[in-house]
Amino acid sequence: MAGRNNPWGGAGSGDEPGKGGPSGDGGAGGGSDGGSGGGPRNPWLPGGGEPGKRRSASIEDIFKGRGPEGPRRAGGGPGGPSFRLPERPGGKSWIPVIIGGAALVWVAVTSFHFVQPGEQAVVTLLGGRYSATLNSGTNITAPWPIQMVEKENVTKVRLEEVPGTKTEKLILTGDQNLVDLSYLIRWNISDLTLYKYQLSDPRNALLEIGEAAMRAAVARQKLDTVLTGEGRAEIEQDVRAAMQARLDAYRSGISVQGIEINKVDPPGRVEEAFKDVSSAQQDADAAINRSRGVAQQLLARAQGDASEFNDIYEEYKLAPEVTRRRLYYETMEAILSKTDKTIVESGNVTPYLALPEIKRRAQTPAPRQGE
Amino acid sequence: MNAMFQNTRALAIAAIVLVVALFASLVIVPETHQGVVVQAGKPVRVFNLFRPEVPYGQTGAGLQFRIPFFEQVQMIDRRVLDLDMERTQVLSNDQQRLQVDAYARYRIIDPVKLVERAGTESQLEAQLLPILTSVLRQELGRRPFSALINAERGTAMTNITRTLDAQARNYGAQVLDVRIKAADLPEGRPRDAAFTRMETDRQEEAATIRAAGQRDAQIIQAEASAEAARIYADAYGKDPKFYDFYRAMQSYRQTFLAGEGQSSMVLSDDNEYFRQFKGER
Repeated sequence: MAGRNNPWGGAGSGDEPGKGGPSGDGGAGGGSDGGSGGGPRNPWLPGGGEPGKRRSASIEDIFKGRGPEGPRRAGGGPGGPSFRLPERPGGKSWIPVIIGGAALVWVAVTSFHFVQPGEQAVVTLLGGRYSATLNSGTNITAPWPIQMVEKENVTKVRLEEVPGTKTEKLILTGDQNLVDLSYLIRWNISDLTLYKYQLSDPRNALLEIGEAAMRAAVARQKLDTVLTGEGRAEIEQDVRAAMQARLDAYRSGISVQGIEINKVDPPGRVEEAFKDVSSAQQDADAAINRSRGVAQQLLARAQGDASEFNDIYEEYKLAPEVTRRRLYYETMEAILSKTDKTIVESGNVTPYLALPEIKRRAQTPAPRQGE
Repeated sequence: MNAMFQNTRALAIAAIVLVVALFASLVIVPETHQGVVVQAGKPVRVFNLFRPEVPYGQTGAGLQFRIPFFEQVQMIDRRVLDLDMERTQVLSNDQQRLQVDAYARYRIIDPVKLVERAGTESQLEAQLLPILTSVLRQELGRRPFSALINAERGTAMTNITRTLDAQARNYGAQVLDVRIKAADLPEGRPRDAAFTRMETDRQEEAATIRAAGQRDAQIIQAEASAEAARIYADAYGKDPKFYDFYRAMQSYRQTFLAGEGQSSMVLSDDNEYFRQFKGER
């Protein structure tokens, strides 16, 4: 006996040795082995360093209870565990229980697939051939890696913001002007297998197609229609239709739900000039308002003057001479009472004039000197 | 006992060899790839060859066998691939520059040819990129600048696609389409010029708006003045002589009372006001 444990050593073992492999210890978890029931000859005794004892396990024990899914690599190998577990009642080893349990958990976890509402999943055989599409609900497949399942949400509308950061994205318009534009693509997966297998990078393709379509659509518009938002609906419509046509031509399995233009601005460098246009509009409105005010003033003044004149004229018509004189005297009285008066007798006297004027001239420099 | 063990060991070894051989001869071809079986450098057959009409699941993807060590399997992408061109400056036929960013989408439909002539996908890409660039330059250079901005219109893209496709077929690839992702004015002079044009355009607009505002304001004031004149004429026209007197009185008050500074008057006693001063004669 070479110092190696050989699980299938006894009995010429015609039972598929190839597949039995090193996992011979696996799956005997039923605990129903009678052959070596207890005593000093327990073959499962942990730390089994004595090959002689191990050999006495019968081949039935080893293969009993192995399901078809018995994991190949699961066995701890003949080396046995290097740690000790508390002994199982009956003195049997834990290893088959653990392995069997793990296998069951493995099968349960990898063969039941709870596909959430709105999700679908693609099933491939060994990661290769496509075998089915799972819809929402509980689905059963063969365990991994025999059947591999990839879940994907197909109803969720995904958002792609272009440009992603706050950078400026300048697009040429049809009249060779530049506009800074950002937009949002809303899309979802319409056919999961096509989405998975048709394009090498569906998201990148979507973004590139979107960009090409957006630039083409903006190039069909003039700057003003883009900026005012007048052409916005048309652009969004155009881009969506163009994108969908391209994506369908690639059979991409992508459905574009909508395009939304978030922001349309003139480029930062010429923004001042654009702002000046709107302030020019304000200025023009202000000028008109101001002149309206002046006009109202003029009219009101004219109406006031006219009605004042009319009133006095009515009075005057009743007694023209008297009214005239009265007005004359009243005015003169008011004026002359407030003015410096020099009355010169007419005749040959040479009047000496401007007395108060000279006095005032002499006075004005005086305070200046006093300062 | 020993002999029996020897026997089982031989069996075990045989089993291991068998398993290894099985694994070595098994190939898993994913749905996304075509497997070209190469025997001593020569492609002999293809797994999962692209055929558009065959539905997924029946294309030949999945487990396939090969002769271990004699045959290598080279995986070639089966999906639509992206050929992203670097930004290139294109000169239009009216000597204006435009920065063009384009992409092509293609699919490898003959992986055997690809393996024979290009080797791998990345080598194919390296072959196709310069072709795409030069075709694009050539085709777009025939058009005026205004047509380049909207190159999607017209025949330019179809021509480019056709030319590139003809080249790509030599390598077993089919070009689905070529698109211009972006056509931009190059940085520097051309873009500055565009900005200046936009700016002056707006300045003109602003000036026009302001001038129109001024004009409207003037018109409004002029109309009001005319209306006021009419009102005055209506009123004063009734008696021009009295108006003359009345207005003179108003004017005196305004001049001597409301005016600034002290007024001095030198009056002759001939003045009408002093008629009574001297006693009526």
